[in-house]
Order: sequence, then structure tokens, then C-alpha cells
Amino acid sequence: MDFKTLLLGRLGWDAIPFHEPILLVTFAMVALGGAVVLGALTYFKLWGYLWREWFTSIDHKKIGIMYMVLGIIMLLRGFADAAMMRMQQAISFGDNAGVLPPHHYDQIFTAHGVIMIFFVAMPLVTGLMNYVVPLQIGARDVAFPFLNNFSFWMTTSGAVLVMMSLFVGEFARTGWLAYPPLSGILASPDVGVDYYIWSLQIAGIGTLLSGVNLLVTIVKMRAPGMGLMRMPIFTWTALCTNTLIIAAFPVLTAVLALLSLDRYVGTNFFSNDFGGNAMMYVNLIWIWGHPEVYILVLPVFGVFSEVVATFSSKRLFGYASMVYATLVITILSYLVWLHHFFTMGSGASVNSFFGITTMIISIPTGAKIFNWLFTMYRGRIRFEVPMLWTVGFMVTFVIGGMTGVLLAVPPADFVLHNSLFLIAHFHNVIIGGVLFGLMAGINYWFPKAFGFKLNDFWGRCSFWFWQIGFWFAFAPLYVLGLMGVTRRLSHFEDPSLQIWFQIAAFGAFLIALGIGSFLIQLYVSIRDREKLRDVTGDPWDGRTLEWSTASPPPNYNFAFTPVIHDSDAWWDMKKAGYQRPTGGFIDIHMPKNTGAGIILAGLSTVFGFAMIWHMWLIAGVAFAATLIATIVHTFNYKRDYHIHADEVVRTEAERTRMLAA
Amino acid sequence: MSTTSLHPNAAAPMGSERFYLKEEHHVENGTLLGFWLYLMSDCLIFACLFAVYGVLGRSYAAGPSGADLFDLPLVALNTSMLLFSSITYGFSVLEMQKNRVKPMLFWLAVTGLFGAAFLFFELYEFAHLIHEGAGPQRSAFLSSFFTLVGTHGLHVTFGIVWLIVLMVQVGRFGLTNANRRRLYCLSLFWHFLDVVWIGVFTFVYLMGSMA
Repeated sequence: MDFKTLLLGRLGWDAIPFHEPILLVTFAMVALGGAVVLGALTYFKLWGYLWREWFTSIDHKKIGIMYMVLGIIMLLRGFADAAMMRMQQAISFGDNAGVLPPHHYDQIFTAHGVIMIFFVAMPLVTGLMNYVVPLQIGARDVAFPFLNNFSFWMTTSGAVLVMMSLFVGEFARTGWLAYPPLSGILASPDVGVDYYIWSLQIAGIGTLLSGVNLLVTIVKMRAPGMGLMRMPIFTWTALCTNTLIIAAFPVLTAVLALLSLDRYVGTNFFSNDFGGNAMMYVNLIWIWGHPEVYILVLPVFGVFSEVVATFSSKRLFGYASMVYATLVITILSYLVWLHHFFTMGSGASVNSFFGITTMIISIPTGAKIFNWLFTMYRGRIRFEVPMLWTVGFMVTFVIGGMTGVLLAVPPADFVLHNSLFLIAHFHNVIIGGVLFGLMAGINYWFPKAFGFKLNDFWGRCSFWFWQIGFWFAFAPLYVLGLMGVTRRLSHFEDPSLQIWFQIAAFGAFLIALGIGSFLIQLYVSIRDREKLRDVTGDPWDGRTLEWSTASPPPNYNFAFTPVIHDSDAWWDMKKAGYQRPTGGFIDIHMPKNTGAGIILAGLSTVFGFAMIWHMWLIAGVAFAATLIATIVHTFNYKRDYHIHADEVVRTEAERTRMLAA
Repeated sequence: MSTTSLHPNAAAPMGSERFYLKEEHHVENGTLLGFWLYLMSDCLIFACLFAVYGVLGRSYAAGPSGADLFDLPLVALNTSMLLFSSITYGFSVLEMQKNRVKPMLFWLAVTGLFGAAFLFFELYEFAHLIHEGAGPQRSAFLSSFFTLVGTHGLHVTFGIVWLIVLMVQVGRFGLTNANRRRLYCLSLFWHFLDVVWIGVFTFVYLMGSMA
């Protein structure tokens, strides 16, 4: 092995896609945009500020916001992929080959799925939990503040690797779960699958640690008086989701490690020769994959519960049944994975078992829907933007759920398996459920995080464009799926199908307007922030503890730890005529910022990149450096400090002044 | 004006004091729970590898089987090294509870040496198998065997690195609360690896030799 191979592995100039005009233009735009952003940061001397106040921050609120920023940026990338697919399928009929060659198209649908699940939905859900859970349980931070920062940067590291694959080499062409043997070394010898593996492995470490972190936070750090059955529902769903993360992500880690061994070492886990078994991969990855969809949807069920109760000005209907429904879904999510591949041929009894367990999940989910409806019943409903998203969710998600029950019937699944009907179904529940819930959550908690509300008009535009655009984009796919059109096709011969794809493309255009409206909403709100300012900290007449403190909350969250007497703690306090304490403040014990998280994640990115390109020397050095940096970090024992009582007095006096004004 | 009608209790002097703590709220340290949860997630990784071995463990692809390959006396010796290391870690914790730093460090060192001996025998076995042409590429059975046993070995390796770092830290900073907590975490980790090895020994070696 010569020195160049040792150093650069298989990386060469041919890895840069000079021959792909779309990618070159994208690259030029990203490079230009990136240069502008970096230049602006340097010009306004913001690097020090960003490093001190954000990148190294272990404040759960700042980390939560950074997760949201990551998710929104990646949403733009994921949506760009979606728009290209819709465009390609709308025009690529007969003699027209469209704009994307299959080689490129296959990377796009893979990247779209991977990005939307791992780097949009996961960061946004984790970001909301990170921001809201400690506030809802009356804690000062999470249980392991440094790990929280580290988890965020590991997730970012994974996202960086995926983005790099756009311009250096290529991404996987295997679909978002990279089934072997297609993802094996024989069918996919290039770097695409390796980008996939390493970005998910690195981000997966972050997700797992964040799961441990939030679970311990909820179990150990609740304010006095907050028994389990007095936790806000969002915290309950976060508890269940983080349990699922801990119980599901190791399986993804294991199965991707086995795929890596097949690719790097030449083992025979999933190969066609020497006794390998590819269906074992499919089983294992869905044992992670099915809980994963509940990891995403449970917290947004929590968001809807908070939003419905707040905007109906009423206690949530059926609190206990909501908790039990969440727990039942948590458990059942482990007993349904095989419904993703009824066609494997596991036999009638196995398929029946998994079909029935799948259908049973609709019962607790239905209970939730009824609870939300009954909460609204005779409530004083305020149709603010978060409530719009919630009502839109209820209508959309129920239909998505019902097509899911259709697919749960094994004989029906044999017909609809791998068709556009399936695509329509899971977008119906992921967009109609997870995305709508995230938008509700962002609109609901934004004033808490920044001290001013989001613009109402553009929020409504965003909602209606998304809602209508969704149905235009995906209703045609139900129709096409029933006609037998399979997924992941980049070209069609039958011209009678084209009109449906054109309608779907129009839907994608409406969704683009929805995303645009959201960005305008952010811009307009920041511009008019003084007009939208909320000084009370409780703009919606909220019910849970996060609304009892200032907006944005001080870095210690609560000057005094709250004591809870009711599940709607803040509502209870308001009813009792609670007066905020204005004196007697004490020193507050807080964790200290550290740069270790971003450094370790940066080294992991280098390690991942080197492994992808077979740069063994750099990979070895990066791995050793990661290990050493970790050990050095463990020698840092001084991880906390005290906020002096004087500072608390000043902060709280400022709030008193604002409340009086 | 309207606040009293909205909040009927507001007029009564309920005392807002019952809604907050005037002193610092001492939150229980969650490290041991967190570490325990991490161990359970690690346990799931092993569960997957065991399951994979369960599926592929008889897929010899016309190659050698466990009965052909396994050298049980060597594995027995190996196993004893790991079991002894668990006992000596226990001795070390007992010394920690008596606040005796030097004996504690001694038993930690013994634990590390037993762990290193275990690794040495394992690597010897691997080298021997590969030399005989029974490497991880030979069959799905051997792939799953090397991965399961190797993953365990990798854990022991990191456990030893951690153990050495902790010895340095205890030597330099003494038995502080933070160091005690770390020693308990490593203790959990070490015994956990022992339990996993019992599974490997039974499921892979003993049952494999009988096949």
C-alpha cells in the first residue's frame, strides 16, 4: 500500500461530481451561501459569542433551540429532495426521461428518507423535549448537561456527513433502510452505503445518550409533589419515547455494525453465500424501525394534549386514560415489526399475529383522539395557530391511521406492499402526525423560548398551504397505489398515470409555499418582535409549569424550585392567586459550559469520513484522538458553579419591573 | 378586577409559599440510574448478537463447526480469568468502602491483569482459528461467532482502559465522591461483562461443542 492510498484511501478527484450539473449548481449555491454566512459571522465578530453562548452551552434550552435550528435547516434539504422527486415523476413519461438519471434519483429518495427521519424529525422532536421537559417538571437542567451538548453535536456530525455526500462522492442508492444484499459490498461497492452507515452510527450515539439523559431527568429531577400521575402529558410521552429510544436504538447500532462488518471485513451475515441470511437484516432493522415511528409520534401526541387543553381553557379530558394509552402504545410498538414485510413468507399464523397486534394499536390511539375531542367539547376554544395544526392533525391523522389498519390486513398488504399506497399512508401519518405536531409545538412554545409570539397571519398561511398541499400531494398516491404503481420509480410508460403525478407535484408546490410561509413567519416575527412581545411569560393562559417562569426563562429556569399540588400545576397556582416571590433568593447551583462535546463530535466526524473513504491512517489517528480527548475530559472535575444570589435578585427584579410595566 | 372572579380563591390568603421551596432543592444524583440504563442498552446489543448467533450458529457453509474448533480446556481457563477478575473487583470495592486506597488500587490492578489475561487467551484462540482457515469470512457461523465473542472482548478492552484511567484518577485525587461513583459504574460494567460471558460460554462454547 503506497502512502497516498494510506492517507487518502479511495478519495480522489473523481469523487467530486463535476459531471453532474445539478449538483455543481447546488454546490456553488451552498458554498456561496456558506461563505456569506461565515463572512457575516466573522464581520460581526460573532464567533466568540456563538462559541461561548451556544456551541459550548450545556443549557438545555439553548441545546433545544440548536436542535430545532438543525432540524429546520435539514428540512429544507429533505424537502428539496422531495420536490425533485415529484418533478421527476411528473414529467418522466414515455420518451421524456425527466431531469434525473436513475443513478441520481435513487440517491435522492434514499437521502430524502434518511434526512427526514434522522435529521429532521428526530432533532425537532428531541429539541422540543430538551427545551420543554425540564421546564415542565420544574428542574434547572437535565440530569447530564454535558452529555446533552455532546448528543446534539453527534447528531449534527451525522447530518454533516450526509450533507458531505452531496459533494464528495455519493449517497446510498438503496432506500432509507439499506436492505442487503443491495447494500452489500457486491451490489454497492462505492461509498454511498458507507456514508449512510457512519452518519447513522454517529448520530445514533447522540440519540441514545440523549434518551438516557432525558429519561433519568424525568425519573430523578421532578419538582417536589410531582408524582408520576401529576406529570404533564408531554412529559409522560417524553418518558415513553426516551424509554423506546433506549430500547430500540441499540438494535440499529448492532445491525448497522453487522452490515459494516459484511462490507469492510467480508463476513457473511447478510450475504447470499456461506450461510448468510438477508432477511435477518430486515427483521432486525424493523425491530428498531417500528418503535422509531412511535419515538417520533408519541411526543407530538403530548404536544397536542398540551395544546388542546390550553386552547380549550379546560383540563385535559381523561388524563389517566391518556397515560395508559401512551404506555400501551409503547409496549405494542415492539410487537408489530413484522407487518413491514408480511410478504417475507413467514406463514399464515405469524402474519396473523402481527396483523392483529398492529390493528390493536389503533385502539389506544383512538382513545387519544376521543380524549382530545372531549377536551374540546364545551371548551372555550381559541383557534390560535397551534390549535389549527391540532385540528388539522386530527382530521388528517385519523385517515392515515385507517389506511394503516387497511395495510395491517396481511392479504391486503400482499397487494399493496411496496406500492405508492404505502408511501401515501406513511406520509399521511408522519406529515399529518409528526410534522403537524412539531409545527403546533413550535408555534406554541416559541413565545416561551424567545419572549415574543410568532406572526399569526403567516402562521395561518403556513398551516393552510401545508394542509391543502398535503392532500394534493398524497391523495393521488393512494389512487396510484391502488392501481398497482410501485414506489421508487423514476420513469413510467403508461401516460394515463401522468395526471395523478402532476396533481401530486402541484401538492408539493403548495407545501413549498407552506414552508416558505413558515420562513416568512419567522422573519416577520423577528422583525416585529417588539409588537409581538409577551412580558407575562404566559401568553396563552397556559396550564403547566413552563408558563410560570419568564420568557425566555433565566438560565436557572426557576428562582425557587416549584412545589406541585396538581397535574395542571400552573393553572392550580393561578387559581389559588399565587404571588411570585420577590425576595429571599439564594445561590443556585448550575453546570458549567464545556467545549468537550463539540470537540469530540468533530473528531468523530473526521473518524467517520476517514472510515467511509478507507483512509486508515487518518481513521486510526482520529479514533485515538477521540479516545484521548474523552479521557482528558474525565479529568475535569470542576463541572459546576453557583449563580450568586445577587444575580438572581437582579434578574428577578427585572422581571418584576417588566410585569409591572 | 376580573382576576378575582376568574380565580375564586384569589381573595383568600392561601399563601403562595406552598408553591415553592425556599431552600435549594437537592436532586438525587442520577448517574447510577443513567449508567444502568446505558448497560441495558448495551445488553440489547448483545441480545441482538446472541439472536444473530442463534439464527446463523448452524450455518457452517460446509466449513468447520463449533465441535470441530472449540478447545474447551482453553475456554475454561479463559472463563476462570474473567470470573476471578469479578471477584477481585469485589475485593476492591470492599476496600473502597473501608476508605483504604492502596489495597483498593492493588485489587484493581489484579482485576486489570486478570482481564488482560482473558484478552490474551481470547486473541490466542482467534489467531489460532484464523490460522486454521476458520476466520470470520469462512461461514455465517464463524462470522457470528467472531462478532459476538469479539464484541465482548472489545468491551473488556475498553473496561481495562477505563480501569487504568480510574486508577490514575484515584491515585491523584483520592476517593472523592465523583471517583467513588465512577468506581461503582465500572463495577457494574465489569460484572455485566461477566454475566454476558456466562451466556457466551454456555450458549456458544458448551452448546456448540455438543452440536
